[in-house]
Amino acid sequence: MDRSSHARPRGFAPAVALAAAAALTLAGCSSGSGGKKADEEGGPGASAGKANTPRMTVALVTHQAPGDTFWDIVRKGAEAAAAKDNIKLVYSADPNAGNQANLVQNAIDQKVDGIAVTLAKPDALRGVLGKAEKAGIPVVGLNSGLADWKELGLLEFFGQDESVAGEAFGKKLNEVGSKKALCVIHEQGNVGLTQRCDGLKKTFEGSVENLYVNGADKPSVKATVTAKLQEDGDIDHVVTLGAPFAMVAVQSVDETGSKAKVATFDLNKELTGAIEKGDIEFAVDQQPYLQGYLAVDGLWLYKNNGNYSGGGEQPVLTGPAFVDESNVKAVAEFAAKGTR
Amino acid sequence: MGMTQQAEPAVDTPPAPGPKETDGRTRQRSLTLRLLARPEVGVFLGAVAVFVFFLIAAPTVREGGSMATVLYQSSTIGIMALPVALLMIGGEFDLSAGVAVVTSALTASMLSYQLTMNVWVGVIVALVVSLAVGAFNGWVLVKTGLPSFLVTLGTFLILQGVNLAVTKLVTGNVATDDISDMDGFDQAKALFASSFDVGGVQVKVTVVWWLAFAALATWVLLRTKYGNWIFAVGGSKESARAVGVPVTFTKITLFMLVGFGAWFVGMHQLFSFNTVQSGEGVGQELIYIAAAVIGGCLLTGGYGSAIGPVFGAFMFGMVNQGIVYAGWNPDWFKAFLGVMLLGAVLINLYVRRAATRR
Repeated sequence: MDRSSHARPRGFAPAVALAAAAALTLAGCSSGSGGKKADEEGGPGASAGKANTPRMTVALVTHQAPGDTFWDIVRKGAEAAAAKDNIKLVYSADPNAGNQANLVQNAIDQKVDGIAVTLAKPDALRGVLGKAEKAGIPVVGLNSGLADWKELGLLEFFGQDESVAGEAFGKKLNEVGSKKALCVIHEQGNVGLTQRCDGLKKTFEGSVENLYVNGADKPSVKATVTAKLQEDGDIDHVVTLGAPFAMVAVQSVDETGSKAKVATFDLNKELTGAIEKGDIEFAVDQQPYLQGYLAVDGLWLYKNNGNYSGGGEQPVLTGPAFVDESNVKAVAEFAAKGTR
Repeated sequence: MGMTQQAEPAVDTPPAPGPKETDGRTRQRSLTLRLLARPEVGVFLGAVAVFVFFLIAAPTVREGGSMATVLYQSSTIGIMALPVALLMIGGEFDLSAGVAVVTSALTASMLSYQLTMNVWVGVIVALVVSLAVGAFNGWVLVKTGLPSFLVTLGTFLILQGVNLAVTKLVTGNVATDDISDMDGFDQAKALFASSFDVGGVQVKVTVVWWLAFAALATWVLLRTKYGNWIFAVGGSKESARAVGVPVTFTKITLFMLVGFGAWFVGMHQLFSFNTVQSGEGVGQELIYIAAAVIGGCLLTGGYGSAIGPVFGAFMFGMVNQGIVYAGWNPDWFKAFLGVMLLGAVLINLYVRRAATRR
């Protein structure tokens, strides 16, 4: 069941019609700069022909919160692989672990040919994954659950070790000579995000402080980061754990006149521009597109050729890959399409 | 509304003090007590307490720049808390207020970008859409007689889904494109998201808007017929209707006011951050409602003020940022926030009880 399918509520249709009408009457008010006209339409994502293997159905069940850019990119990767492999992709997501387990059960009921699942809360999925095994449905893991996928009987795993990514981030901060970093967590209680900050703490030679912000409200994020910079003038690096928050942190730094630099986990298209401009120092990219793509492709390879990515023993790591001034140009091209 | 209504003040305009009535039965309570019984006084004292507390606990709060940050955070909550409070005095509340902000920002951004229009076109269409969402809420409520909890919960879910689905449909992503290089952006930014210098401190323009809207709302509430209507429909819909208050008109326009607030805050977010993430805004409605309730508005309607929510929003912003300025262990952040807010509300409640007790 595609949970993000397009709802068509009543109040909106007239609004859209109205907007369209207003747009037509105001056609004289076009913008001379920017806008869609100025941006070249990016083509579709990567495409590599289409397999002629029998049609199969794969369910991708994640713990995505609605409207998150990161997960949108994972999904695009999965869709690209599905299109290439002649697979019908069924995407569903719920941040609540119990609900996510239900969605996996739903996929089993549909008798899909393979399931790709994220293991943000592995224990909650233990029962339902056992059922999938009993039903003979191959399951692969992606994104989160690096410590648990093998024990839960999954075939393969594609993702980034958040602790390792944090550690790499810490080393990079040492390289650029940071002494005091602020780790901005936009979702209190998220295990993966906390692991990033913990990993960073492990390798970073300076001191790290964590800061919680309300990720659902940008003005609040901005005010809180600003407050922290005002309180502690020694902070020389603001580390955010998602691209949109990095863009907000840049404003906070600007307004406080702080000397701090901003670096972040994860990418989006605005962020690559900011790296080019030098507003953001660097980003760690775990390549979400690759995670979605490889998970679906992995299931296809298993079904059609009996392959195990990672040899069935090791996870396939998709990060950490650093994006900074030196390589941002190449990445930006793909980020503009919303696939990196 | 061609009402030929004799201006019967439907509710509590304070009775003119009768001259020399000293038989003891209608003894005037002292001015202090009467003042303390006003809905906004408790929250004012609570806000002062929180402010003084952080002045002592967090040295950074004493600097001008810090106060500007606190006021900025308070203003983005406060601008929405005002119409939410008026609506609450009118006996209803709006769970869709948080995502409605994002709906407005998304509309303006996508319309301007996709059609390569001057951003003001998007801004105006977004206003129309926001008012329409408010009118829709009010209209369904009045027509069906369903509680506002159900109606606005429905709108909340609809808007949340529409925000995501339409954004994805139109942009191919879940966030909108950057519109900062488009015509009209700088003017709109000046209006909605600029800052100005006061003695070397950068103050956000939203703070000015917030206070101006609060003054306007206070005037409307206390000095206009419409203000009387709000109290009347919130106190008792039936009696209000009986004395000729246009209940339907009042309720629908109150929801539209919330729409206006959502538009304003949405425009601030758009022109402040250039792009909009379609999943944002969820949960904010509770913060707006909390600011109004802390500000002395009753969840049951018919009682409250417009100045109370100003202090309510300030208190929220102050606690929120004060914890950061104080440098407390952030793991406890939400718990601190809850304890401080609850404490402030208790002060509020205690003051009101003490003042109204004989």
